[in-house]
Amino acid sequence: MAKRCGDSEERADGGRARGLGRREFIRAAAALTAAGITLIGPHAWAARALGDGPSRKRLVVVFMRGAVDGLNVVVPTGDGPYYEQRPTIAIPRGGDGGAINLDGHFGLNPALDGLMPYWNDGTLAFVHACGSPDPTRSHFDAQDFMESGTPGVKATSDGWMNRVIAALPGAHGPTAAVSLGPTVPRILSGAMAVANIPLGRAADHPMPLDNPKIEDAFDRLYDGRDALSRAYQEGRVARQRLLGDLMADMREADNGAPGPAGFGNDTDRLARLIARDPGIRLAFAALGGWDTHVSEGSNKGQLTNHLKPLGDGLASFARQLGPAYDDTVILVISEFGRTVHENGNGGTDHGHGNVMWVMGGPVRGRRVYARWNGLDPGSLYQERDVPVTTDFREPIGQVLGVHMGLGAPALGRIFPGAPAASGNTSGLIKA
Amino acid sequence: MYDTGGMGAAARPLHALNRVAFGPRPGDAARVRQIGVERYLEQQLDAASIAEPPALSERIAGLRTLHMTPVDLFREFQEPIRAAAKGDVAAQQAARRQARQVIDEAAEARIVRALYGPRQLQEVMTAFWFNHFNIFAGKGLCSIWTGAFEEEAIRPHTLGRFRDLLGATAMHPAMLFYLDNWQNTAPGAPGTHGKFDGINENYARELMELHTLGVNGGYTQTDVIALAHILTGWGLVKGGAGNGQPPHGGMGLREGSGDAALPGNPWWRRSTQAGGGRARRPDGSHGPVGPCGFYFDPPRHDFGGQTLLGHQIAGGGIAQGERALDILARSPATANHLSYQLAQYFVADNPSNKLVSRLAARYQASDGNLRDVLATLFSSPEFWDPHCYGVKFKTPYEYAISAARAVGAEVINVRPLTGTMAQMGMPLYGCPTPDGYKNTAAAWLNPEAMMMRLSFATALGAGRLPLERGPGDNPAPMAGVKHPERVRQVEFNGASAAPDAAQLALTLADAFSPRTADAVEAAPIQLRTPLILGSPEFMMR
Repeated sequence: MAKRCGDSEERADGGRARGLGRREFIRAAAALTAAGITLIGPHAWAARALGDGPSRKRLVVVFMRGAVDGLNVVVPTGDGPYYEQRPTIAIPRGGDGGAINLDGHFGLNPALDGLMPYWNDGTLAFVHACGSPDPTRSHFDAQDFMESGTPGVKATSDGWMNRVIAALPGAHGPTAAVSLGPTVPRILSGAMAVANIPLGRAADHPMPLDNPKIEDAFDRLYDGRDALSRAYQEGRVARQRLLGDLMADMREADNGAPGPAGFGNDTDRLARLIARDPGIRLAFAALGGWDTHVSEGSNKGQLTNHLKPLGDGLASFARQLGPAYDDTVILVISEFGRTVHENGNGGTDHGHGNVMWVMGGPVRGRRVYARWNGLDPGSLYQERDVPVTTDFREPIGQVLGVHMGLGAPALGRIFPGAPAASGNTSGLIKA
Repeated sequence: MYDTGGMGAAARPLHALNRVAFGPRPGDAARVRQIGVERYLEQQLDAASIAEPPALSERIAGLRTLHMTPVDLFREFQEPIRAAAKGDVAAQQAARRQARQVIDEAAEARIVRALYGPRQLQEVMTAFWFNHFNIFAGKGLCSIWTGAFEEEAIRPHTLGRFRDLLGATAMHPAMLFYLDNWQNTAPGAPGTHGKFDGINENYARELMELHTLGVNGGYTQTDVIALAHILTGWGLVKGGAGNGQPPHGGMGLREGSGDAALPGNPWWRRSTQAGGGRARRPDGSHGPVGPCGFYFDPPRHDFGGQTLLGHQIAGGGIAQGERALDILARSPATANHLSYQLAQYFVADNPSNKLVSRLAARYQASDGNLRDVLATLFSSPEFWDPHCYGVKFKTPYEYAISAARAVGAEVINVRPLTGTMAQMGMPLYGCPTPDGYKNTAAAWLNPEAMMMRLSFATALGAGRLPLERGPGDNPAPMAGVKHPERVRQVEFNGASAAPDAAQLALTLADAFSPRTADAVEAAPIQLRTPLILGSPEFMMR
């Protein structure tokens, strides 16, 4: 029993002498970051991060919550049934306001023209007819499965990105994984620490702990080596680092032209943080507003209005990354696709297969990866939806394996029970 | 009766209050010391014997929607949403805003009872068993039924028989909706129609994996399928007049269209032919069962016999489900699973097998009497083991509630507390998955959590949380935390409303390590309360 309740021993170990040194270190770190100097010091985890290899490979995941209509994002302009089934919301084949030709069969929604430079330079790819094998058409369940990484298994308590942090050698700094927004999303929840970056105007709001007198008082309470003290100390350093970077970032932003509205501002800030902080290996952001049951629109309308800022925001994000773009893969995912046919309200209903966006220096782009069976009723899932011919874990697994350098045992822990690769996306990431 | 020998006498009252209650309020520790922990625990186990203060009763009585049935809630709050779907955006927003009231009142009831209720064990067990039978207020109709679920299915049974608790949750519309059993239909049954066209095994699986046997409880996929068949037709009251209506008249279900809040083809639009008529019931059961909107729909039920966990369940209607619940509630695997969870909550993150076995034996011997199991737990040497004192890391819920209790806060507005829980990743009624929130340090102790806890401790300790304002005055849950100028003001001018540090130390029985005592003493006077609330001792229970 005593062993089982061993936490108390840990708590009793104050570790005061060493703790003081640590506190001094934190104080120094704060001063340096405030002065705009990126700090790499003799700190345990920082040293470990450096020692375990200089990897700066990063993965950024953007989740479109609400099920985006992938058929109007990467448009199958070569499929006749697409136009037959969507009399009012299809994207025209070409011409002004038409789909931008990608590979002769597929075209890009014209609202995403900001991404064409990346398509043309070969660092943007799409995986079509991709998604979760679970048949649910519930947003709730489907998002849950895509974030837990275990379709059909509801009891998985952590998210697959958190399991990635645990698997990455050396990725144990307080900013190894960052989430844009105030809470830890399902996909990042779990045992490993995650830093949050507040959205919008809240980003620069100090906490009481930023006040030196309050910080000083709490530093005394948590100067030990016990679990709570360690969490406190890492939390302080993470906050100092992100806050320092954010403040420097805002100074720069004030000097430059104002960025695009909303999503762009936040993702730009995230991109500059990533470019600045080599400790950031994983980042996550979510966007809502894709559940277009009614009045979806064609090349003008609701969906296009949402896609435009996302496309421009991603292009801006890539620019802000600078050289870090070469080491970054950006995945844009959504829980499921939407019906091939348009419904009675000029919208689409919950479907199955969807398109995944894959962007970044390591991507072998300028290609739509898919086992595409066309849109004849006989080749559709339940005669209404794009089937899932590529499990979403397959391209993600390639990113984690080839790009992030994780081996098969780690991938097995991240996506337990994932099916064998179909080969549909082989070569997606440059070796 | 209670083997409290292991733990020092001074520590016992605080330990009992930290585990059996949500921590001490001012005066609690002295009171428990005076009557003795044994007497205190006996009182808590006999919740009905403890009088509720009139002020609390009145406040709860004033929460109108808390006392409504699911059927009435549906009529008053869901039908306007459906009606507004045809109208403009403003009307839709107004209807949804109106419906928000229901979950807000549920949250207020939960929190004020946890803060002020003298039946603390019942409040602890309500939170525990709600979490065990978790539903998610963000999923469709659960948004208006979560409070009713807690009030009708959980709270009355927390110190009673597990079988009653299990049955109440199984028949509650909120659970039927949350885990999709309302759509679970025998393939080829006469009542098959539209979306009701086959087995949905979601609830059957969680019923065994989470609610009863546990994931390693010895069931197979064949048992899941069998249980799903047994539970076909367990659904929600449906439309039509004069057929199969519960006493309060069903959900007033008329033909309608355009409800955007619900998936697919809603059940209340079904014509009455599908189960509305008085179908034959081979097992002799009659009509809908349960007072709260539960409806057993014979035409969608599989009347065939089934084998569940080696037990033969003869062909029949709703009685098959009742029999299945009996089997599950009496299973040794269930006794073990529940005992482990109770021991983990009350004793340590990794409780000893010996304790779990002893609790499971008590569960079996008492036919699942939860009060008896708890009495055994509270009298166990493990509960009073000094090595288990203060080793449970509080969840965000426990941290926020215990802090507000410890400073004796006057909470008129619960939003700063619910907002804090949400910010810390534990929104009340907001766990989307059926397994509920964990209560272990591994789940909650991380750097960001420490930062948020200390910010909350500072704001509460400086009297800067808008707890005493009306709920509408300041919807921002963490206002006061985010404004540095206010913090500076606290620091230099003091705050008249700030809770007194000396009183707080007394409330917490002065049980601090030398390090904490030194840090508090060294701090400016206005930072002492924040430091105590942010101390390692207060993070733990």
